[in-house]
Amino acid sequence: MPAPSTLQAEGLSLGYGDRRVVTDLTLEIPRGKVTVIVGPNACGKSTFLRGLARLLPPSAGAVLLDGKSIHAAPSREVALKLGILPQGPIAPDGITVTDLVSRGRHPHQGMFRRWTADDDNAVAAALSATGTLELAARGVDELSGGQRQRVWIAMALAQRTGILLLDEPTTYLDVTHQVEVLDLLVDLNEAEGATVVMVLHELNLAARYADHLIVMKSGAVVTAGEPSAVLTESVVEEVFSMRCRVVPDPVSRTPMIVPIGRHRSGDAR
Amino acid sequence: MPDTRVRRTAALSTGLVVSAAALAAAALLSLTVGAQHIPFGTVMDALFHPNPDNGQHLIITESRIPRTVVGLLAGAALGLAGAVIQAVTRNPLADPGILGVNAGAALFVVFGISVLGISSLTGYVWLGFAGAAVASVVVYTIGSLGRGGATPVKVALAGAAMSAALTSLTTAVLLTDVATFDQFRFWQVGSLAGRGMDIALQGLPFVAVGIVIALASTRSLNALALGDDVAASLGQNVATARVIAAIAVVLLCGTATAMAGPIGFVGLVVPHVARMITGPDHRWLLPYSMLFAPLLLLLADVLGRVIANPGEVQVGIVTAVIGAPIFVALARRKRLAEL
Ligand SMILES: Nc1ncnc2c1ncn2[C@@H]1O[C@H](COP(=O)(O)OP(=O)(O)O)[C@@H](O)[C@H]1O
Ligand SMILES: [Mg+2]
Repeated sequence: MPAPSTLQAEGLSLGYGDRRVVTDLTLEIPRGKVTVIVGPNACGKSTFLRGLARLLPPSAGAVLLDGKSIHAAPSREVALKLGILPQGPIAPDGITVTDLVSRGRHPHQGMFRRWTADDDNAVAAALSATGTLELAARGVDELSGGQRQRVWIAMALAQRTGILLLDEPTTYLDVTHQVEVLDLLVDLNEAEGATVVMVLHELNLAARYADHLIVMKSGAVVTAGEPSAVLTESVVEEVFSMRCRVVPDPVSRTPMIVPIGRHRSGDAR
Repeated sequence: MPDTRVRRTAALSTGLVVSAAALAAAALLSLTVGAQHIPFGTVMDALFHPNPDNGQHLIITESRIPRTVVGLLAGAALGLAGAVIQAVTRNPLADPGILGVNAGAALFVVFGISVLGISSLTGYVWLGFAGAAVASVVVYTIGSLGRGGATPVKVALAGAAMSAALTSLTTAVLLTDVATFDQFRFWQVGSLAGRGMDIALQGLPFVAVGIVIALASTRSLNALALGDDVAASLGQNVATARVIAAIAVVLLCGTATAMAGPIGFVGLVVPHVARMITGPDHRWLLPYSMLFAPLLLLLADVLGRVIANPGEVQVGIVTAVIGAPIFVALARRKRLAEL
């Protein structure tokens, strides 16, 4: 795997048609770290992630990969440095796990470049890293949600990019599988030094797994930094319009959000 | 894991060889069977030492060889075009007609008969091809207007709308012009009969280029099958891949329609049958579709000659009669492969 490239957004605005969703966003993704993006529904997290991965052209500003505009670079060159797993990808009917993971090798192949031992090794490594080796011959449509998600991550791993973006990789998974997938991504980060950027819904898991936390609201970054510095009661209240207590997570010592509702919230109400 | 890959490759390659052999056998059958039964030895003689004074040889060289070659070309073109269009639109029910190809070809042919007074098959071929090309370009352009470019859904909608519009125009002309209707009937039911070698030779370069483009697109079709975002993430230029695939479909399907008239079901059914053997990997699916489709077409054509001997049933009718039940069976067997 190549050393991760640098990834920055500069004055980045994104939208659909006339509608602006992300406005004038400037930030740098820390290299070789795990970055997590959180924010309320429809605030533009997926849009921002797709913009970072050049799936959406900017209406203003630029995304810089290794200092150069990502939209000016050839698609294949970008695909060797940066991979993205969108939310809820759909596998072709009848495809096997090995076949799907092998398609992650697409940017490494060409019309005249055949399948090589390198490709076999990358696929085998991706399968074993995600614990899907024993599923290799199975059809993807026979798998459980958690297994399927791990297979898709394996496909993204087989691409062997220094930067991996993931949009809500834990949605629809039960808590066991959520932790399993997040651990797997940290493994990747620690073992290979990969830059991981993901959108997560679960604030407490976000705070636990992020080296760097980006908090978004209405298409803008409210604050970004180390979770313990960023996730304060006032930030959560401002961004999610919800009162809460923040206490240290008894397991990881990272901030843990305890919501305060109208009922069953004791004296805090 | 490398072992299973090697074994699979070996099995699928063997299957391709077997299919090619079956296709060769079907081609020989198509040369042998007809209103007049000609012994196999004479067929071979006519193939390798044609004698222009021998009546049976003349039937082979003037009628059955061109008809078989047109069947091979049109079949390969329809099978490939069907597999490609299903991949690009990610719609298992797409057939090449979805781009408005058949409706466009029909309208141009009718226009040619009625206004230009064209009555030669060669004339129909060029008109049909022009109509197919114009219709698909218009459909594709309309389908790419607005947000997100040429998405499969928008192209399918544009194709359906355009087909309906073109077909009603065609019908309007035919209803008011009985003479045109009489001529048009024969083109409208796809047929391999009466096609001379000149038509096969005119179609050949277009089909050849279409085959090359389609087979060169297998990798990008594999990427597109994962959805636009994943394909783009893998470094595939999605818009380019779609346009190239659409060009292949127009060349292939336009030429097949021009040569043999609109032949239904082949482009729709064959890729599904092939997919049962190959799975969703287009590097295998396309070659298999390219061999299975002419096999089906030639056998249907032979069947059409046998059941109505000494007359014949046009191949477009036979493929519909065979194809419809196959399709229903596939649909019942399991939910159609979702792409
Ligand atoms: N393809 C699209 N076309 C039009 N609007 C979109 C599209 N995708 C998202 N949006 C809109 O952009 C806004 C931000 O969406 P999104 O980035 O998906 O939010 P998040 O991921 O934070 O929930 C929403 O209001 C959504 O309706
Ligand atoms: Mg989202």
